[in-house]
Amino acid sequence: MLDGRSQIRRRLGLRLWLSGGWLLLLVLAAVFAPLLSPHSPLEQDLFLGRLPPFWAHGAEPGYLLGTDSLGRDVLARILYGARVALIVALAAGSITGLIGSTMGLLAGYLRGWVDVVISRLIDIWMAFPPVLFSILLIAVLGPGLVSIVIAIVVIDWTRFARVVRAEAMAQGAMDYPASAQIAGRTRLSTMFVEILPNVLPTIVVLLTLEMGIAVIVEAILSFVNLSISTDDPTWGGMISEGRASIHQAWWVMVFPLIALFLTVLSFSQFGEGLKDRFDPVLR
Amino acid sequence: MKILRSILFRLASTAVTLVGVAVIVFFVIRVVPGDPISMMLPPGATEEDIARLTALYGLDKSIPEQFLIWAGGVLHGDFGTSITARRPVIELVLGRLPATLELSIMALVIAVIIGGAAALTGTRERDTKIEGGIDVANGMALSIPDFLWALILILLFGVAWPVFHISGRITPSLDLPFVTNFYLFESVFRLRFDLWADIVSHMFMPALALAIPLAAIIGQLLKQSLKETMHLDYVTLARTKGYGENHVIIREALPNAILPTLTLVGVQFTFLIGGTVIIERLFSYEGLGNMAIDAVINRDLPLIQGIVILFAVLFTAVNLVVDLTYALLNPRLRHA
Amino acid sequence: MSYLSISNLSVHLKGTPMRLLRDVSLTVKSGEVHGLVGESGAGKSMIGKAVLGTLPRAVEIISGKIELDGVDLLSLPPSEHRRRLGQFCALIPQDPLTALNPSRRIAPQITDRLTDILGWDSSRARQRAAEILDEVHIPDPERVLKSYPHELSGGMRQRILIASAFAAEPKLIVADEPTTALDVTVQKQILKLIKEMQQRHDTALLFVTHDLGVVSKICQSLSVLYGGMVVEATDVRDFFDEPAHPYSRALLAATPKYTDPEASLTPVPDSVIAAVRAEVEAADKRWGNG
Repeated sequence: MLDGRSQIRRRLGLRLWLSGGWLLLLVLAAVFAPLLSPHSPLEQDLFLGRLPPFWAHGAEPGYLLGTDSLGRDVLARILYGARVALIVALAAGSITGLIGSTMGLLAGYLRGWVDVVISRLIDIWMAFPPVLFSILLIAVLGPGLVSIVIAIVVIDWTRFARVVRAEAMAQGAMDYPASAQIAGRTRLSTMFVEILPNVLPTIVVLLTLEMGIAVIVEAILSFVNLSISTDDPTWGGMISEGRASIHQAWWVMVFPLIALFLTVLSFSQFGEGLKDRFDPVLR
Repeated sequence: MKILRSILFRLASTAVTLVGVAVIVFFVIRVVPGDPISMMLPPGATEEDIARLTALYGLDKSIPEQFLIWAGGVLHGDFGTSITARRPVIELVLGRLPATLELSIMALVIAVIIGGAAALTGTRERDTKIEGGIDVANGMALSIPDFLWALILILLFGVAWPVFHISGRITPSLDLPFVTNFYLFESVFRLRFDLWADIVSHMFMPALALAIPLAAIIGQLLKQSLKETMHLDYVTLARTKGYGENHVIIREALPNAILPTLTLVGVQFTFLIGGTVIIERLFSYEGLGNMAIDAVINRDLPLIQGIVILFAVLFTAVNLVVDLTYALLNPRLRHA
Repeated sequence: MSYLSISNLSVHLKGTPMRLLRDVSLTVKSGEVHGLVGESGAGKSMIGKAVLGTLPRAVEIISGKIELDGVDLLSLPPSEHRRRLGQFCALIPQDPLTALNPSRRIAPQITDRLTDILGWDSSRARQRAAEILDEVHIPDPERVLKSYPHELSGGMRQRILIASAFAAEPKLIVADEPTTALDVTVQKQILKLIKEMQQRHDTALLFVTHDLGVVSKICQSLSVLYGGMVVEATDVRDFFDEPAHPYSRALLAATPKYTDPEASLTPVPDSVIAAVRAEVEAADKRWGNG
């Protein structure tokens, strides 16, 4: 019998594989960067400045993706830049998810004044332009990886809170939490034991989205020169530097941009693929 | 009467939110390290100069005191004086506002056109490869934020095929007869289409970058809504009257499918406005966002305050307009 | 003179061998009311949809002809097919609560076909709308024309839908279970109204229903359907006197008798179902069904 579901399942697999594949590549690049990269990402050599990538005229062997204005190897910098990207993605993503989901759960399930306060907070938070807020926070906290993670958490927790709150409300209206409480559970315990598992799929999908967002925020902050301090390469910083010499050495901006593009796309598509996996209709 | 009461209630609620925003910003930026006064003065300034200027800007008082003074000023329309520009904040902010408004609205228009076209085409070609293609394009456009699109557009149309300008609002050497800062609108008003073309060629790239994610959301949501509406009985009835597919989609389904999309699009539009901060920076576009970044870098506290409040007002205004439009368009609510 | 003539119509679910209509043939004369009877899923609605060109996208016509006044609709290009339908046919839908566009007032929902498809000028169309609402006994037609659907009751909306169907003086109307979604008290009124309008305008009516009682009140001839196949087609009087097919007999016997509320209900016996199923399968084998 013809089943449209089998066709969808095939497409699903492809999306998860492709995006998961890139993300895995990224993790490997980050972890094994010292082994993989032919040069140090910080090593400058002004005589080897602005070398084009390997297929272009005038390229030097050993500098696959060319060099930037200071003679630093682009490929090496991209590999090391992956470290910053991943650390930010994992740290900021998970902490934001943790705090945001907890707030959402509390608001959605406990209702009452807890909900009123948290909802009002969310409203106020959403009245801030996120980029401006993050730049402001970095100015307060000073540059550095920890500051970036804190900034992302502070700004984006509402993303989780809103969605989780709505789901918690919907779940709370069903019968099973009430029966759990009648059976003797406390409200908080019900929230974690009964409601949370049902909201978990949504949270997981949001997590992948948040990781992509974290990478972008870091890139934006690097671009405005507010990320980690100077020398250690970040993709955003490379893009910012590359922009200045875009006409003479386009590769300095293009390659980190491609890496960023693929990473953000992969996080998002991975999340979408997971969402479809979790969809009970398709199981 | 009921409508009036709910409007008043909404306004009161909005005011509370805005106060919350003001308080948070006020206290956050005063924790910022870096003293704007010493940043402003030349190196040879004396302690006395510093103290005098600090007192002049009221920065020597306690933070709650400063807030009350500032709040009092706001109620008179006085948002303080910019430390870097030495001019009233309100003047600076309102001066840059038109540029950002024009950019946001242009982005909105582009997004509606592209997203609407995608949704309508996807509905007409539903369950075909064309719809599949539109879905893939939508998915990609949604995953990539405006920042990345801006960079891509800069590469494509600013460097590779330099068709559009990627810097500024207007060619600097041009002589401008404008009275307001609404360059785009005034150029049409004055029938100066040469200027209009120049302005559009500067605005198009940043507006497009802002528009792409919103277009994707509109495309996806509206298409879904349309496809669901197409199954309804009144659509089938219209077909039996002899109407073709295009008419049925546009005249019967669309007016009903738009409503659910409206609220989400409103929220997304506020994100778009927030996005102007970095996009303006990327394109050196002289708007509020660009000024905001400089203000933070220079620790210009009153200016930062003013800009953040203005953005907050813009966001809440958009939400209000969306809710009002929804209430007006929904015949059920209108006649309730 | 038959106005509608369906010959050997077969319809299947796209991409499957599953047939929804099996070699259906029937005729409806001008001004005649023809009932399509059968249980749910027997295909009676599907025939109506095939005539009106509103078959679901997943459903496809394999073979057969649908002749309207001698012209086979299925042989026409789609735009011509649509135009003819708009000119000569109309639908009275089942559910009055969902069949009217909630964001448009009543007036344009009646006049749109008249002005857009039939080319009337708007004042004539508006006048006609008011007249036709009057015919269906709606008080204060002007107020109703200016109203939105949600401001009106279900019964009122069904009257409007009936009026809208008759407004363009179609030669054939398909009524798709028009009383099923209504309260029992309203059903009788609406049925009476449909009969009245049909007789006044002398319109052919293809009346889809599962209710034999309704058939006895309004139809002159009928077709009984089972499994997408016409099991019996005859005059109403002959049918109720002496139905020919065992399935028809069982259907008739299964109708609750209002005159004898104490009598137990007799469902259609399994043997009859098995027999009629066997007929369907045999027919499929003849036509080479998978």
